[in-house]
Amino acid sequence: MKELSLHILDIAENSVNAKAKNISITIEENSIKNLLTIAIEDDGKGMDAEMVARVTDPFTTSRTMRKVGLGLPFLKAAAEACNGKFEIRSALGKGTRVETTFQLDHIDRMPMGNIQSTFLDLLVGYPEIHWIFNYTIDENTYTLDSEPLRKTLQEIPYSDPGVLKYLKQEINSGMLNLKHTKQEIP
Amino acid sequence: MNKIKSLEDLKRVREEALEKRSIATTTGKAQVIVGMGTCGIAAGARETMKAVLDYIETENLDGILVTQTGCIGLCEQEPILQVVRGEADKVTYGKVNPEVAKKILKEHVVDGNIVKEFVVNL
Repeated sequence: MKELSLHILDIAENSVNAKAKNISITIEENSIKNLLTIAIEDDGKGMDAEMVARVTDPFTTSRTMRKVGLGLPFLKAAAEACNGKFEIRSALGKGTRVETTFQLDHIDRMPMGNIQSTFLDLLVGYPEIHWIFNYTIDENTYTLDSEPLRKTLQEIPYSDPGVLKYLKQEINSGMLNLKHTKQEIP
Repeated sequence: MNKIKSLEDLKRVREEALEKRSIATTTGKAQVIVGMGTCGIAAGARETMKAVLDYIETENLDGILVTQTGCIGLCEQEPILQVVRGEADKVTYGKVNPEVAKKILKEHVVDGNIVKEFVVNL
């Protein structure tokens, strides 16, 4: 995969498959620490210690259709190639947290890519899940919480054309504000 | 912290959607499902999803529910897109790039004609 935002989409799909009701995705670009941190946390079914230990092995997967899982090993390898770390914590019945770090300015660090598209797809694709997206660049954070959206929309789906237009504008302007603020810091 | 500023705007969007719904007859209800497992994502499923959402938005298509699913065991056919239109059986399409996705939306979801050349037989 060519973008970190695609990895994030992939890991979030794991959370969905683990029957999570609440999933948060937290991304922080910290230029002072020169660190990019990505954390995906869910309250899904979790894994036991043995499965956690095996989960970054490319020949482990929870799926039954196919015997090879590649999502987590891909991300781990990408992080470790950029002076980063990969950590997974999980408890059966409680949920899973995947945290990965990258040296922000490492030459081999994949670009974040279209994170707006990742957020929008997850929101639209799994409307029954409570999503919390946080994107921080230094001291500025953009938060998108699906709960007020869902409560406001009620029976109208996210894939209504008017709603899609609204969501795109909301996510794009939220992300754009972050970048602008960054540029304005002397 | 930047939070959502304009839930009022979203309320307006909801009311417009409700209005359209009361005018429209119940024809053309459809569900579009995009495969978003690791295999799908690696094959470009996010671009396929984007093309679907963009098409719905630009063509102003009501009554289409778009959702995602994980790996369904047809990794070699990814990106996969499935369509359920009205009471008809689910149709599974393979190798659906953004162009093909638009074609399927236009010809199948809107007009009701299955795009045979991209159908995967299960």
